[in-house]
Amino acid sequence: MKRILVGIKRVVDYNVRIRVKPDGSGVVTDGVKMSINPFDEIALEEALRIRERGAAGEVVVATVGPADCQQQLRSALAMGADRALHVEAGGVIEPLTAARALLKLVEREQPLLVILGKQAIDDDNGQTGQVLAALWNRPQATYASKLELTGDSARVTREVDAGLETLEVDLPAVITTDLRLNEPRYVKLPDIMKAKKKPLETLTLAALGVEVRQQLKLVRFEPPPQRQKGIRVKDAAELVAALKQKGLL
Amino acid sequence: MSARVLVVAEHDGARLNPSTARCVSCARTLSGAEIAVAVCAASPGAVAAQAARLEGVQRVLALEHPANAHALAAVLAPQIVALAGPFTHLLGPSTTYGKDLMARIAGLLGAPQVSDIMGVESATRFRRPIYAGNAILTVEAAEGVKVVGTVRMASFEAAASRGDAAPIESVAVSAPPPTHTRFVSVSAAGSDRPDLQTASRVISGGRALGSAEGFKILYSLADKLGAAVGASRAAVDAGYAPNEMQVGQTGKIIAPELYVAVGISGAIQHLTGIKDARTIVAINKDGEAPIFEVADFGLVGDLFEIIPQIEKLVG
Ligand SMILES: Cc1cc2nc3c(=O)[nH]c(=O)nc-3n(C[C@H](O)[C@H](O)[C@H](O)COP(=O)(O)OP(=O)(O)OC[C@H]3O[C@@H](n4cnc5c(N)ncnc54)[C@H](O)[C@@H]3O)c2cc1C
Ligand SMILES: Nc1ncnc2c1ncn2[C@@H]1O[C@H](COP(=O)(O)O)[C@@H](O)[C@H]1O
Repeated sequence: MKRILVGIKRVVDYNVRIRVKPDGSGVVTDGVKMSINPFDEIALEEALRIRERGAAGEVVVATVGPADCQQQLRSALAMGADRALHVEAGGVIEPLTAARALLKLVEREQPLLVILGKQAIDDDNGQTGQVLAALWNRPQATYASKLELTGDSARVTREVDAGLETLEVDLPAVITTDLRLNEPRYVKLPDIMKAKKKPLETLTLAALGVEVRQQLKLVRFEPPPQRQKGIRVKDAAELVAALKQKGLL
Repeated sequence: MSARVLVVAEHDGARLNPSTARCVSCARTLSGAEIAVAVCAASPGAVAAQAARLEGVQRVLALEHPANAHALAAVLAPQIVALAGPFTHLLGPSTTYGKDLMARIAGLLGAPQVSDIMGVESATRFRRPIYAGNAILTVEAAEGVKVVGTVRMASFEAAASRGDAAPIESVAVSAPPPTHTRFVSVSAAGSDRPDLQTASRVISGGRALGSAEGFKILYSLADKLGAAVGASRAAVDAGYAPNEMQVGQTGKIIAPELYVAVGISGAIQHLTGIKDARTIVAINKDGEAPIFEVADFGLVGDLFEIIPQIEKLVG
């Protein structure tokens, strides 16, 4: 069966104003709203649309992380994924570890496409898709804003600094999503009920043969430097005068 | 052991992108670093010559291959990895080109990548923004581990050019590049305005501009000021401005001398892109908009009245 694997990560919701812990050991996550990484919702939405068009038969979502992540897998099932895979892992999961675990799932599931987010909005690493594509020795098309499947290949429009770039990649391939690829659907209450019955399989990194290797020690977290509070000007004339005085105009 | 850094150049086939000079500056903050620049191109001559003149560069490695005509990460990454042996650090820019490529290199090497390096504390310790710049994280790699990094453009000045040039060595591409990834086309709006990422003045518009037509009042003012024009995500999503104009966490991170936010509310994802601007001006009809919290000069009012007035005053 033609299958799409979607990687999702549980992150602090994008609306939350995060705070750094006073001792610099991390950011406050207790009692903070957690969600599916927004780019991963877009990845899932795209996979669902491909399935709904009949170009794929099954959408499998996967996450690597602690037990809490199952909440986000359930949300993904409620959105419409057919199955979920939870690779249980604690501690810091670096992109290389996540990609190694995803590669094991790829070998098992043999997907036509793997769709990930372009970056997780907590660590802002933006690496996992490319690392997975490298380990798998398959094409990558990052920052996708349009995806068309054409038999054995895909045509992907990418948002790059210069504008829009189009690539053709042979399948299977790894795609990472940009914000304008689609607008994820809202989940309806009956779907949440249905999702409870969908299969969610739990695996361990050890069983997959992946060792957790943390290569970067997290030394210190700090709040960013604050900007000085500015002034209000009353009209355009005062603004232009102030900017001229600072030598900016 | 002193650092040996390989900077992966970004270019369009003819000109070296200024992002490379910023990576070289970052490399120079690694004490005693020996710096080489790799140029992958169909014909690398001109770009290699520009790289060779950057202050601090000791040699340039030119990788000539027809497949290098377009910057495809899957094609370039193995070529860089083949050179990586003697280097302690491999750096590329935090541009879409560099982010796409460097992580593939890191994957092939099984090496850790430090994304968006904003500060170098030692050869193994780096500072980088996380959570859309709402926290700064210091990370440390183990001694002796190769580090791949992308360099945050707004955090480093471009290395200057010098009179004499470093030697350029041709390096043969041994393995045949993969053909599973093919370039089709690139559509760039291409404007005569300054480049958003290097402009000293930037005027950005938000959802409030209301239409692509509405953006014209910003273009008109920008042209008077020699400024680049940017946009919020809402404005890009609505089709008022093309994607390459987006400023923010998922757009461009910029550090102009002057940034003017027009009809932009100031969501954290937008602010991430402008934190390093020297002076921020906000024009918004809502006096409570969060953009005013970071603005050096705030003006409450209707942009459709204010922008033409400013244009008259500077014109
Ligand atoms: C994962 C993720 C990534 C994101 N990345 C980015 C990013 O890179 N860049 C980005 O910008 N956003 C990004 N966003 C979106 C961001 O959260 C905001 O939705 C967006 O920045 C809002 O754009 P805006 O300020 O133009 O629109 P709005 O928030 O709608 O603000 C419009 C403003 O215009 C003012 N206004 C209206 N009419 C007038 C008038 N006539 N004169 C003057 N002022 C007027 C209003 O008071 C209001 O403050 C991201 C969001 C997510 C979830
Ligand atoms: N622990 C994880 N489990 C599943 N997918 C992940 C995980 N970490 C990252 N990803 C995927 O990789 C993308 C990029 O993450 P990152 O490289 O951390 O910025 C995310 O948007 C997810 O799609």
